[in-house]
Amino acid sequence: MSVMIAALPFLWQGLLVTLEVSALVVAVSLVLGVLLGSGLTYGPRIVAWPIRIYSDVVRGTPLLVLIFFIYYALPATGLKIGNLWAALVALAAFETAHVAEVARGALQSIHPGQTEAGKAIGLTFEQRMLYVVFPQALRRFLPPWVNTVVDTVKGSALVSLVGIVDLMLSIQQVIGRTFRPMPLYILGALIYFIINYALSLTARRLEARFAYVRE
Amino acid sequence: MSGNSAAPLVQVRGLSKSFGTNQVLKGVDLDVRRGEVVAIIGSSGSGKTTLLRCINLLERYDSGSVQVDGVEVGYRADKHPRGEHELARIRAGTGMVFQLFNLFPHLTAAENVMLGLRKVRRMGKRQARELAEHWLSRVGLSEKFASLPIELSGGQQQRVGIARAVAMNPKVLLLDEITSALDPELVGEVLTVVHQLAREGMTMILVTHEMTFARDVAARVVFMDGGRVAVEGTPREVFGTQTHERLRSFLARIELKGV
Repeated sequence: MSVMIAALPFLWQGLLVTLEVSALVVAVSLVLGVLLGSGLTYGPRIVAWPIRIYSDVVRGTPLLVLIFFIYYALPATGLKIGNLWAALVALAAFETAHVAEVARGALQSIHPGQTEAGKAIGLTFEQRMLYVVFPQALRRFLPPWVNTVVDTVKGSALVSLVGIVDLMLSIQQVIGRTFRPMPLYILGALIYFIINYALSLTARRLEARFAYVRE
Repeated sequence: MSGNSAAPLVQVRGLSKSFGTNQVLKGVDLDVRRGEVVAIIGSSGSGKTTLLRCINLLERYDSGSVQVDGVEVGYRADKHPRGEHELARIRAGTGMVFQLFNLFPHLTAAENVMLGLRKVRRMGKRQARELAEHWLSRVGLSEKFASLPIELSGGQQQRVGIARAVAMNPKVLLLDEITSALDPELVGEVLTVVHQLAREGMTMILVTHEMTFARDVAARVVFMDGGRVAVEGTPREVFGTQTHERLRSFLARIELKGV
């Protein structure tokens, strides 16, 4: 116990990096994922197909492989990006594909009659999305999307493998100095759990808030 | 461009539409005059709902012409299909009421009616609310402005659907089997509203299985069969002495089902 408390100040910086990386990836993947998911659902074939291929390839690849691929492959093509950016791009690409699928599922769950009713009163595509489809899809979107957020926080631990000092690597550094792996890994797991459990609780409250569409 | 009161308000000529290899409409002609109520009857698969959906471009038609108030709805003068924004503007001129109501479940009854008024007609919030409440009261729902669709009965939901369509002040109202999904005891309250609109001179095209209703409310009845208009006339002509074999057997089948 005392080891855990003594270690906390040394983990603070790493925890911040984990939170920053996660927040950035969540924000980017939310915007891109919703766009790609809309493209998958409503786009013509020429739009939907490339997205489908992208999503299937990325989701079918382990995140770790993706991180190493971008970390090693991009410099080889002459594009020099630091290890932090490589990790961010890999994580964002991975989560974007997952968010796109979540968005697609939510959008497809809306009855086609809703779109038709919107058309019938003269709403344009953008207006139908904004006022008819998205508000209803939101409730179906939220629970699985929070899962992707939790996955992002957990997946961000892999960025330690390309040398970014996040929470995970901070823990390992403290272990390197103290030779006390067990209490520190337990501490690490606890911190990750607290973050993710807080997210899940928030999600449940949001879900109740948007419960106007009842099945 | 429009406003010629002698010309039919809705003019359909040689309308054809296929879904894949299945040709659903095979050259339909139909005229509907201003203020006229036309009922379309026919067995399922005869193309009546598709015809209705072509009039406000929920379905694109392959060939032929659909004009509402002198404007070709699906294509520009150069035969180019209309884009999304043009379609939206044209659709705003026709109202549609759906078999399954299709109310927006996340909006109250008043908000359902207000959405088009606000976003398409660009009305201010107060004006839109007043108009929405006016029309909801007209269909007998003055107690239900703030109710969500889920809190309403089927008949009440369908009356919101009618209010939503009529509040937009459409040139023509399209009614697609609007009582088919209702419990029998709720059909009356919806048909009463349609009768009222007919008396006030609303131009309507209705697809229906309610033969009594078609006879009472429509000036003209159109019997569709195999993607064509097979018989057309006053209710007396269509439901009275009948020589058309397919119409006779259709009416007999409906009769047997006790409608």
